[in-house]
Amino acid sequence: MEITTKTLAELSRLFREGKLSSREITEAFLAEIAKKEKKIHAFVTVTDDLAREMADAADARRKNKTLLSPLDGMPIALKDVVCTKGIKTTASSNILKNFIPPYDGEVWRRLLDAGVVLIGKTNTDEFTMGSSTETSAFGVTHNPHDLTRSPGGSSGGSAAAVAANFCAGAIGTDTGGSIRQPAHFCGVTGLKVSYGRVSRWGTMPMASSLDTIGPLAKTPEDCAMILQVIAGRDVHDSTTTDAPVPDYIGELEKSVSGMTIGIPKEYFIEGIDPDVLETMNSMKAVLEDLGATIKEVSLPHTEYGVPVYYIIAPSEISANMARYDGLRFGEGLQGKTIEEIYGASRHEGLGDEVKRRILIGTYVLSAGYYDAYYRKAQKVRTLIKQDFDNVFEHVDALLTPPSPTPAFKIGSKSSPLQMYLEDIFTIPGNLAGICGVVVPAGESKKEKLPIGVQIFGPAFKEENILCIAHHLYQAIQT
Amino acid sequence: MISTKELEHIARLARLNFTEKELEKFSRDLNEIISFVQKLEKVDTRDVPETSQVTGLQNVSRKDEVVIFGSEDALLECAPHEIENHSIKIPKIM
Repeated sequence: MEITTKTLAELSRLFREGKLSSREITEAFLAEIAKKEKKIHAFVTVTDDLAREMADAADARRKNKTLLSPLDGMPIALKDVVCTKGIKTTASSNILKNFIPPYDGEVWRRLLDAGVVLIGKTNTDEFTMGSSTETSAFGVTHNPHDLTRSPGGSSGGSAAAVAANFCAGAIGTDTGGSIRQPAHFCGVTGLKVSYGRVSRWGTMPMASSLDTIGPLAKTPEDCAMILQVIAGRDVHDSTTTDAPVPDYIGELEKSVSGMTIGIPKEYFIEGIDPDVLETMNSMKAVLEDLGATIKEVSLPHTEYGVPVYYIIAPSEISANMARYDGLRFGEGLQGKTIEEIYGASRHEGLGDEVKRRILIGTYVLSAGYYDAYYRKAQKVRTLIKQDFDNVFEHVDALLTPPSPTPAFKIGSKSSPLQMYLEDIFTIPGNLAGICGVVVPAGESKKEKLPIGVQIFGPAFKEENILCIAHHLYQAIQT
Repeated sequence: MISTKELEHIARLARLNFTEKELEKFSRDLNEIISFVQKLEKVDTRDVPETSQVTGLQNVSRKDEVVIFGSEDALLECAPHEIENHSIKIPKIM
C-alpha cells in the first residue's frame, strides 16, 4: 500500500488498527528520504537509526495495548531549533554546528511522551531569520514542487519534508510568517498558534515577544492532532497562559454556517499575483456555499506591519543573540582577551543575515534612537493589535492571501528589504499575537505552483480557524 | 544616514568584528532598512500605550524553591574550553 502520501490521521488509524506497523511506516518515509533528500535538502540531520528504534518501541506498545496517544508511532520532523537531548541541534548556524543539547525542549518532550518517532531535524534559515531557507549555513532547501524554487522560510525544511512525503507531520516556528509562508509555497497546511499557546522552553529564541511554535502537516486535521499534544501551559515558560486546551479534533466538524468571515481590504495591494487573488476568490465562494457570511473589513494600520516588525524583531534578536559568545557552547575559538573570543566566535560563527539583524537591533535600541524607533514601533504595534481586536468584535475569522506570490526562484531576491516584504500578510498576526492557519487551496495556472489561503482568528481560537480550514480543505478535495 | 563611525560603534557594542568591505556592505543594507522603517514617523501615536507583550499576563510567579537541574556535567560538556572546578576557564574580563 502507498504509505508516504497518506495523511497523519490516516496513518495513525492504520497503525492503531494493526494494518501497518510503525516500523513499516518509518521505513517507507526513510526510503523516500533516501530517494529524494539529496535534491531537496530538507534536513540538517536524519535520525534514521533512532527512528527505527523508536518505531520498534511504538510497535511493542501497540502489541501491549499501551499506546500513549493518537500520535504514537508517527514519524515527525522537528525544525532544528527545538532542543533534542543527545541529538545535534544547530539552528542551521555554524556557531552551533556541533552543539548537543543536554535537555529536551518542552515541545519535543510532549511529543516524546506522546510516542512519536523522530525522523530528523529540519533545515531552517539561520536562527530562523529569513523567508526562504537560503540563509542556512548548511545549504539551501529546495521546493519539492519545483527544485529551482524556494520552499519559503524560515521553516522551509519542515514544509518541504511534509510536501516531499518525508514525514507524517512536522514542527516549525513562526515569528513573522515562518510556518505559514512555507506552507503556502509547498502546498501543505501550517498553523501559527496564538502567542502563549505552546511552550517555547528549550526552543532557541529569535524574538521573544513574537516567537511561536506550531505544526505543519498535509491537512488541518493533522495539524489539530499535533496541536492537541503540544498546546497548554508550561511552568517553565511564563508566557504560556492558562487558557483551556479545547478538543481540537472534536471541533473540526462543527458547521461554518452562521460564521462571519472578514476580508480585510488593505491586503489587496498592488503586485499580488493574479493566481493568488483568484484562489482567494474561489475560497470566498466556497465559504459562502458553506453558509458563512463574508464581510469586507478594514485593518487600517496593515501597511505599518513590516516596518514595526523590522524594528521590534531585530531589537529582541540583538538581545537573544548575545548568548552566542563562544564561551558556554560553540567551536572553542581562542583569544588572548575575552573580546577576541567574542569577536572571532561571532564573526566566524554567525551568518550575514543574523549579523544584519543584530546591527539593526543594536542601533535602534541605542541611546538617542530608542524613543524614535523602538518605543514608536511598540506604540504602532498597539494600533495594529487594536485593529484586529476591533474587527474581531464583528467577525469570527479573517480570510487573506498568505503572501503576494507563489514560491519564488532561489536567489531571486536582490536585497534584504525585498525579502522582508515577503511577510507583509503574515507579520501582523505575530504583532497582535493572534492565531493563523494557511491551508492549500489552489495552484498557479502556468507553473502549477501551490497556492494557499490564510485564515486569522482571535487569540486562543485555534479550533475555529482549524474548523474553517478543514471545511475548505475537504471542499477542495471533492 | 548611519555613518561608518556610528556603524563601527554599533558593531563594537554588539561584539561583532568586521572588515572594511563588510562594514561598507552592512552600512548600505542598514541605511536602506532604516529609511524604510522611518515611514512609522507618519503614524499618530499620541496617547497610545506601548505593547511589549500581547498576553496581558502580569507577575507570573512560582514558589521560591530550588529545583535541582541535575545535569551540570552535561552543561559543562557543551563548553569548548578548559573546565576547572566545575567552571569554564576564560581570559580575564577585568
